[in-house]
Amino acid sequence: MSEAVASPTPLLEFRGINTHYGAVHILKDVDLAIYPGELVCLLGGNASGKSTTLKTLLGMVTPTTGEVVLDGEVVNDKPTSYRVERGVTMVPENRRLFKRLTVKENLELGAYLRNDDGVESDLERIYEMFPRVKERLNQKSGTLSGGEQQMVAVGRALMANPRVLLMDEPSMGLAPALVQTNFELIQQIHEEGVAIFMVEQNANMALSIADRGWVLQTGRVVLDDSAEALLANPELRASYLGDGNR
Amino acid sequence: MTTAMRSKARPRTGVDWFLTFLRVLLTGLVLFGLLAFLWQQIDPDNPLASAINPDANRLSWDAFQGLVISGLSQGAMYGLIALGYSMVYGVLGFINFAHGEVFMVGAMTGMITSNKLFEAGVWEDNFLLAILIAVLVSVICSTVTAVVTERIAYRPLRGSPRLIPLITSIGVSFFIQNTSAVLLGPGAKSYPRLPDWLRDDIGIGPFDIEGKKLLVLVVAGVSMGALWYLVERTKTGKAMRAVAEDKEIASLMGIDVDRTIVTTFAVGGAMAGVAGILWGILFGSVTEFTGFLPGIKAFSAAVVGGIGNLGGAMAGGLTLGSSESLAPQLVLEPLGVTGHTQLKDAVAFLVLIFVLLVKPTGLFGERLSAEDRA
Repeated sequence: MSEAVASPTPLLEFRGINTHYGAVHILKDVDLAIYPGELVCLLGGNASGKSTTLKTLLGMVTPTTGEVVLDGEVVNDKPTSYRVERGVTMVPENRRLFKRLTVKENLELGAYLRNDDGVESDLERIYEMFPRVKERLNQKSGTLSGGEQQMVAVGRALMANPRVLLMDEPSMGLAPALVQTNFELIQQIHEEGVAIFMVEQNANMALSIADRGWVLQTGRVVLDDSAEALLANPELRASYLGDGNR
Repeated sequence: MTTAMRSKARPRTGVDWFLTFLRVLLTGLVLFGLLAFLWQQIDPDNPLASAINPDANRLSWDAFQGLVISGLSQGAMYGLIALGYSMVYGVLGFINFAHGEVFMVGAMTGMITSNKLFEAGVWEDNFLLAILIAVLVSVICSTVTAVVTERIAYRPLRGSPRLIPLITSIGVSFFIQNTSAVLLGPGAKSYPRLPDWLRDDIGIGPFDIEGKKLLVLVVAGVSMGALWYLVERTKTGKAMRAVAEDKEIASLMGIDVDRTIVTTFAVGGAMAGVAGILWGILFGSVTEFTGFLPGIKAFSAAVVGGIGNLGGAMAGGLTLGSSESLAPQLVLEPLGVTGHTQLKDAVAFLVLIFVLLVKPTGLFGERLSAEDRA
């Protein structure tokens, strides 16, 4: 399963991260490392700090202590745009397209920081990947179906030419039939060499395609193991994987 | 649509009946006034006219045309100011009541510049050059005012409930008014006399348009065209629309949200600066309170057109300007209202009330989702 070669320097790393919203302690001494080309997932129940983890990775939340490291550089005080420029992109929860903008404009905004001439050919690549998107380029993105919106959201993130794609609950709000397709899509992107960091409630599905995973509980990493080991973990099976009384 | 949905959700209350009554009453009065006007045009001595408006007269084609043109030129000016209200509302979700004062700053600095140019002789020798310089100076001063206001007064309040920047904007408005009174002295100040060719009528096909009104329409049209291009066709405009819709995701795309907000204020300020000069050309004088009434009316225009919608702001401005200019003669006089020529301002706000009664989202507005509602 883990065909990704773990290179010595992580692409993105948390070193002893603590975050607070006011007096509330959200993340507690979290250490994470995402290596180039990996597919990893972060599991956890509600209010376990998953979203905060993503926001901290992107610089939308500043940690109180600890270091966020991108390519070996501490980026705690760098803005989101700095990280986006260096290949960190997110597909947000519920897709969050710009509904009043056209599909094409949404895709172009994904490449907002890029000035290279690869933008046009990347657009073509997205059209090839999602022929349905190409048919609807000049439509307002709010008029698309849920599945089509998911394609645009993924396409928009890919337009930034990411090295690591953060995905916040990618199967949330999708019709059950689409969830499987969505995971296949994630795998396809991963095979093209993009590292993927996925936050997911659907632990079974996520672990079946991931290399490694973490389990977050009330802001603390309680399990950190390979996907196979996590799938076999009886504790995790009981609480997340739908065994027992769930 | 709104009423239909609401009545399905709950039984009609007394308030609903009252609103329906108002809708019917206003529509009825407008229709009745228009019919009375038409009858009066056909026969000024018809029994209805002799009963309610004994002084009835036919409105000549020339007079009608004049009303339309002044309505449109003033409406174009309202539209330019309304753009600023609408854009700031779209991006930050509050009404920047100091925007009328940004317009006044444009009119004031335009007055100073044009008087200096008049003293230097440029105004009379080469009017187009002079007006170009005056527009530039006004635009720069209004833009700077808008941007500085954003930096000092609104940015520290980002994230607080939107009532707070709204109240602040009223304070800013008083501050700018009084600063102007202190720096330039209170009272009206005049623009230099316009060259003769702008005071004469210019014939375009069947229409005779007073030169200055034509100039106003042209300048307003060009500015709106430039704005449309900026917002719809450039990367900056795309970023502005993205920030207006979802700031968090916009920043995820790498857009600098703060800078985009500043751009929005700057562009709105520039439009208000242009409008300021146009005010000077149309009315020839300016006081420190000049920003108040046009500001409120432009705000109404933005609401009439559907706030947050740029095309709507322009359409709202033209609607308001034309109604204000036409309705006294076309509706109020045939209804026998006395002093109808003094009722321009009342007409403007009646149009606002009427639109809100019939289509609460404005002419081109979209329904606000629950989370967007203040």
